[in-house]
Order: sequence, then C-alpha cells, then structure tokens
Amino acid sequence: MDIHEYQAKEILASFGVTIPRGGIVYSPETAENKAREIGGSKWVVKAQIHSGARGKAGGVIVCNSPLEVAQATDKLLGKKLVTNQTGPEGKIVNRIYIEEATDIEKELYLGLVFDRSSESIMVVASTEGGMSVEEIAKEKPKSIIRSKIEVAVGIQNFQARELAFGLGIEPELIRRASETIIGCAKAFSELDATMVEVNPLVISKQKQILALDCKMSFDNNAMFRRDKVSELRDKTQEDEKEVYASDRGLNYVSLDGNIGNIINGAGLAMASMDMIKLAGGEPANFLDVGGGATPEKIVKAFRLITMDKKVKVILVNIFAGINRCDWVAEGIVQALEKIEIKVPLVIRLAGTNVEKGNKILQESKLNYIEANTLEDAANKAVAALK
Amino acid sequence: MAVIIEKNTKILIQGFTGKMGTFHAEEMIKYGSNVVGGVTPGKGGQKHLDRPVFNTVKDAVKHTGATASILFVPPAFAADSAMEAADAGIKTCVAIVDGIPSHDMIRIKRYMRRYSKNDKMTLVGPNCAGIISPGKSMLGIMPGHIYKEGRVGIISRSGTLGYEAAQQMKNLNIGISTSVGIGGDPINGSSFRDIIEKFETDDETDAILMIGEIGGPQEVAAGEFAKENMKKPVIGYIAGLTAPKGRVMGHAGAIVSAYGESAIEKVEILKECGVTISKNPSVMGDTVRSVLEKI
Repeated sequence: MDIHEYQAKEILASFGVTIPRGGIVYSPETAENKAREIGGSKWVVKAQIHSGARGKAGGVIVCNSPLEVAQATDKLLGKKLVTNQTGPEGKIVNRIYIEEATDIEKELYLGLVFDRSSESIMVVASTEGGMSVEEIAKEKPKSIIRSKIEVAVGIQNFQARELAFGLGIEPELIRRASETIIGCAKAFSELDATMVEVNPLVISKQKQILALDCKMSFDNNAMFRRDKVSELRDKTQEDEKEVYASDRGLNYVSLDGNIGNIINGAGLAMASMDMIKLAGGEPANFLDVGGGATPEKIVKAFRLITMDKKVKVILVNIFAGINRCDWVAEGIVQALEKIEIKVPLVIRLAGTNVEKGNKILQESKLNYIEANTLEDAANKAVAALK
Repeated sequence: MAVIIEKNTKILIQGFTGKMGTFHAEEMIKYGSNVVGGVTPGKGGQKHLDRPVFNTVKDAVKHTGATASILFVPPAFAADSAMEAADAGIKTCVAIVDGIPSHDMIRIKRYMRRYSKNDKMTLVGPNCAGIISPGKSMLGIMPGHIYKEGRVGIISRSGTLGYEAAQQMKNLNIGISTSVGIGGDPINGSSFRDIIEKFETDDETDAILMIGEIGGPQEVAAGEFAKENMKKPVIGYIAGLTAPKGRVMGHAGAIVSAYGESAIEKVEILKECGVTISKNPSVMGDTVRSVLEKI
C-alpha cells in the first residue's frame, strides 16, 4: 500500500526526522491562509498523488506570495497529473501540500528496502540526491553506499554514523544525520513498511537536515495490525477496477489488451497471459480468483471483467485440484445465469473430474468455446477476436 | 529416500481442529500420509479424526515422535507457530498460509539461525501448495492423484502452475520423485537453491523442473548454483512475460523491481547457466521429456 508524501512526512517526523513546515489543503481559499500560517516569503505547492517525478509533470510549483499559492492550488486541484510512473491515464489531484521553501545547499538520497537476496532490511544512500535511485545506479553507481540492518537488534548507531560519514556530511551535522537515518529505519521496522525513500534528503543553507520529499509503502499482509497506517489508504489514487477487486478478495491488475482473464492461481494466471501473448493477443488483465476458485469468487470475477469495456473475449482457465472441475463448472453456469456476457467466452478446465466438468458446461445453455490445453485456450481466445 | 519426506514420516497438523486443518488432514490421510496427531492450543487431550490433539508442539513431538508438521493457522499467528515447530525439534515444516507479513518471515528466518545446521528445521512456504512424494506421502494441499510416481523433481513458486506441470508430465507418462511448492511470497523458508541442492543428492531424482516467475533473485541464484555444482539436468520455466514492471502480480513476491527480475532477463541468465528453458507453459512436460531422452 502506498501513501501520500505529506502522510509519509508526518510519520517520519514522529520518528524524529525534521521536515520543512507545511500543511495539507483541499481548496484555494484555505491554501492562501495556510501559506500565511506557515509564514516566510516563499512556498512550494505540491500536488499529492501516488507517484514520483511530479516536478517534471508540473505538479510542484514555487510561489512568492500567498495569492500565488492560492492560484497554484487552483491550477492543480482536480487535475489529472501524468508522470512517467502513472501511465497515460494519470492520477487525480485531490489534495495539495503547501510547504515553506528550503534553501538547499546539498541534495542526498536515502532509501530503505527489503533486500530479498540477504533477506534483511537494506539502507541505501547516495550523495546524488534528486535523481531516481535507478538513475543513480546507472549514472553514478560509485556514489551508492549500503548498510544491512540486522532485524533482531535493529539499526545500530555506528551503522548510521558510517552512512553519514560516507555521504561526506560535515562533522557537526553527523549526529543529526544519524538520528535521521535511525528514525527512518525505526519507522520502516515498526510500521511494517516495505519501502521508505527520502529523496532528496537535503542539507539546508541554515545547516538543517531536512526530508524534502518522502515516499513510503507498506506490506498489505500486515495491515491487520496497522490500523493507523491502513486508514491512510487513498482509493482515488488506485485503478477503479483494482479497488473493486481488492475489496472483494480478488487479485487483479488492469492491463492494456482486450482478452479478459479469469484464472486460479497467480502463477497459472501469469502463464496463461504469456500464452495469450505468444498466440498474438494481449491480455486485458491479470486476475487470480484464488486456488479454490469458489462459485462466489467466479461470480465476482465475471462482474469485474464485464465492467471492463475494452474486453472483447473472456478466457477462463481453471486448474481444479481439491475443488474439482464439476464444482467449478457448476459455479460458472450459476454465475452466467446472473451475469450477461456479450463477448465470446473460452473455457478451459483441467485437473480433478475434468470430464464431468466439461459435461456440465456442454449440457448447460451456455454459449462458449471449449479448450483443452493452455495453448489451445490461448489460440482459441485470440481466434475469437476476429 | 525421497527428499524431505518419506513414506513413514510422522506428520503433525498445526491448527488441527480448524476447518482448513481438518479438511486437508483428511485429504492427507486418504493419500496415505502418516498423520499422527495435531496441535490446537487449549484442546489438548481431545481426539480429532481419531488422532490425539496436543496443546503444544513439544508435547506432540514427545508423545508421537513426529518430525514434520504443516501449518493451517491464520497469517497473524503463523510466525509464532513456525518458530514453535522449530524449537520443538520438527525437521520439516510446511506453511501453507497466504498473507504472512514479510517482517515476520525475516524474524522467523533469523530465529532459526540459533540452531546448528543439523538441528535446523527446513521451512517450506509460506503461500505454497506444500510437498508431495508421489506414492509415499503428501505434506500439502495438492490434488494427489495428478502426480505420477517417478524420477523427476519439481520445484515451483506457484501452486496451480505446479499442478499444470504435473498433469502435463502424467499425460506423457513421466513420473515425479518429489514436488516442492516453495511459495509466492517475497521471503520464503526454502529457496529454489535450497531445494535443488537436496535434489542433486537424492538418488531417486534424475532431473529437476524449476518453475519460477518474475520478481526476486532466487531463480538466478539457483541457476548459478546448478552451473557450479550440479550434474543432474535442470529444466526451467519462468512465468510473467507480459507482467508490467513495478506491479504485484497476485503473489506478493511477483514484482519486478530490479535488473534480472523480469521473465526475459531470468530466462537469459538461466540459459547461460545451462538450464534448459521450456519456451512456454504448455510445453513444460515436453521439455522435460526431451531432456530425459538425452540422459
């Protein structure tokens, strides 16, 4: 789960990280007041969407008066911002963060991620802040320093110190820099985060160490014990169909093609999509209804797929294990009594009681195309497009 | 010997009396697995499916001599249960459960470091189908009848894609020595590398089919291990050719976030390591057959 920049900043501030003064607004009128409240003579108006690279997309505007702040807020609110991470449809701006401008002396990079090779938490830092970590890795790989956190004891002072010295931070600021790094590491561990990124982490001309832009992501599997974090979810930043799916226990990812998929198991779903591509088609979605493929899930899956107007063919591929094909077939028949399908439907069943399952489908009034293997299913789905 | 489990391996069900535990325990018993009892805290002393229920894994191990366990406990309690099994001297523990927080998985793995290599439990999963040695024992939730007895080892992150492979192989009259589902999470108990190493020393296995997917460094690590250390042929398939970067594809671990984690990159690296690649998921069985013909 992703959260907004201002939410990440509030969290990190509560772990002892210094952030510039700022506040969230939802209208131009409040923006002007907020700017006065923050004080100073220069402000930054930042569109809050779940994406990086907002600056390049025009989502960050520097202002010199409270009136300009109001105008910038007016310009951004309700707009769809397209960045290199949002896809062409962009993301809607419903919240604006107003922040005092910072006199930057130096921009650094600080990130924390799970390192799947060492199965630990890795701190990644670089003197080349402001660029994405991918760009840094490509263009200035030597600037990157890393430190592995031993989860049993958490980050140690010496590790934070080593990183701070490694970033070339001047001696009088080392302590503050260490506290910042430790704060981020604690937030990561204590809140079940999967990613914390402060980019840039800046040293201001006034010798403050400030988190200028922040990003945090959290483990969906841990939300049962993170009430406060899960309240930060902003569904307006997610694909409408993906929200519908996740609210109903389906694993769904919206894609650009026109062959809709209903499959049980994530691996089999990816494999079926690969077959579609190899057969010359493009999948409209990834959808895993779960290993069990219960009738309830099948109904929900058909509802979801029929919401997607770009779908021209639906491919159902179920490998029934303990759940049995006859039971799955009955589920499909029942689902399609409730939901009308206007596009060709290809069904491939495999596994336990496959003959019985196919017989139930054949004897039903269902208008569908039967397929036997993964390859057969993909070929028939692509052929049905024409 | 079969890798990891044998015909008589004594099995405990953790979360025995729950709906999932009961259902799958019955399936395992029907298959012929030697289920000797189970654990549900607070229900010790009762009988369930004609087998004893214990309050703690230690009690269960003491009274039954069990060496393997399978977890059917909710995600929030799974880490605790896995550590309890490790501490009670269980040798093989399969965690079926989907949804264990990643931070918990790291903690489990760190906790298990306190045991010496010989005393250390093999944890398989989470978010997996489990282990089956066809004709011998099933420590998992797979449909047992699609697995034919034979001499090919399977390792798969995905459950249903592993079934797909077993079915294709059965249709070609190719049998399986042991199939291990290692699970779809970002951090898992046993990696591809851990399991192919076991297959290399298993005298009942001639070749290994490795079914991977996008995300994480594991397939590549296993390929590099195979190149340096293995004599038995390895066949591979990687799912997720069409998966967009940065998106989680159902499995929490199926996300491309670094170089070498996409399907195309993994396939290229595995080829360089001498792994025979199944060019699509429909020909996993055929690819295994062509490799077996050359042995």
